[in-house]
Amino acid sequence: MSRRRVVVTGMGIVSPVGSSLDTAWAAILGGRSGIRPITAYDTSAFTTRFAGTVSDDFVATDWMGPKELRKTDPFIHYGVAASKQAIRDSGLEVTDTNRDRIGVLVGSGIGGIGFIEEECRKLHEKGPGRVSPFFVPASIINMVAGYVSIDLGLTGPSFATVSACTTAAHSIGVGMRLIQCGDADVIIAGGAEAGSAPAGMAGFCQARALSTRNDDPTRASRPWDKDRDGFVLGDGAGVLVLEEYEHAKARGARIHAELIGFGMSSDASHITLPPDDGNGARRAMQNAMRDAGINPEQVDYVNAHGTSTPAGDMAETVAMKAALGDHVRKVAVSSTKSMTGHLLGAAGGIEAVFSILAIRDNILPPTINLENPSEGCDLDYVPHKAREARVDTVLSNSFGFGGTNGTLAFARLK
Amino acid sequence: MSSLEEKVKKIIAEQLSVAEDQITPGASFVEDLGADSLDTVELVMALEEEFEIDIPDEEAEKIVTFQDVLNYIRSHTNQQA
Repeated sequence: MSRRRVVVTGMGIVSPVGSSLDTAWAAILGGRSGIRPITAYDTSAFTTRFAGTVSDDFVATDWMGPKELRKTDPFIHYGVAASKQAIRDSGLEVTDTNRDRIGVLVGSGIGGIGFIEEECRKLHEKGPGRVSPFFVPASIINMVAGYVSIDLGLTGPSFATVSACTTAAHSIGVGMRLIQCGDADVIIAGGAEAGSAPAGMAGFCQARALSTRNDDPTRASRPWDKDRDGFVLGDGAGVLVLEEYEHAKARGARIHAELIGFGMSSDASHITLPPDDGNGARRAMQNAMRDAGINPEQVDYVNAHGTSTPAGDMAETVAMKAALGDHVRKVAVSSTKSMTGHLLGAAGGIEAVFSILAIRDNILPPTINLENPSEGCDLDYVPHKAREARVDTVLSNSFGFGGTNGTLAFARLK
Repeated sequence: MSSLEEKVKKIIAEQLSVAEDQITPGASFVEDLGADSLDTVELVMALEEEFEIDIPDEEAEKIVTFQDVLNYIRSHTNQQA
């Protein structure tokens, strides 16, 4: 039996480089960084004092009411906003006849860490009687899906996948499976994150995971460069509307691209470091290509995980060489994290958006700050400037703490 | 309007995200001002904090309107205004 085809009919984004498709994509193609000093709190005691906080064009009250905003963590604001943008972009009208067949799968790597931190402070300083009654629903990870379902009246499946920095890729991939298996006709899928709260920053600082280039934040995220010194935390959300192909066609929807494959794997190696040979990353890419029924020769572009960590960038390069064989010399690879920073559980969502826009516009987003590629990092990373090229098929990689990997394959609709 | 009334009205408006002119003496938090059970818990907490009082749950359940708040605070604090 042939599988139901899954296409992308809507996209939404909240990010450090812009919080609409137009503003974010213009910034990416212009090679503009969204990394800036953190101003929301005093960072003087932190070893890293900058992040990719969301862009100034994000207006939370455009997407949620003031009461809801006050009793939810920012990761929910970002996720709901991106989801509603995506639904608006899709032109899909929710009705009594289709609402049972529309679901939401928007996850987060961490969830409401800022809200948790604040309520824990109240707990310790003032006692349990001062903890907000909204503490739990303000912080738990499935509440983006919950709010979107409630606000839009969607009565299909709603839940969240959680897999650190692979969260959004897994959400989109599992959303694809739900549609293929007939559990839904439409899934709103992606990820949301607001990890730059003090506890999040402190945790990643102490893990020695972040760049400490405090004197030059916009040049801190520099995937594959020999002077890279860790990743840069980013906030935001990236969400797709996935739709069964015949369903989309029947309503005359504009189809951005087809989601042709999804591959997963685990490293079974270390909690935060990939194995040197990147075998988990390789298997995720191979599984995605097998699922899509494509050969390495068909891949035009890889939107890499490329976080700007010494070990991760090298392992992914080794993995791409193993997964794509000789064709790797003809593939363009770039890391949009060089501009957005690393949005953790939202990364795979915004990068799916960029991958699809690359197909739509036949253009390769650049890797900025790649001044001197480090030894062994010798692929075509599209340095500095976006480049026009035929882009029909794209792989988008995501790898997370715990050694969990996911690769999505998108293609121009045929 | 007394300063107590103004203070309470401001807290209700902020907690429930409603305009101050909607908050009439008899306005019910749940029926008229769109609060749910969690909102009312949070509202009582805000009042406890502001007036440095402790409102037991069985008393809190009886506070359902703006006027109820004023009555409670007047009888449990020295705010007579």
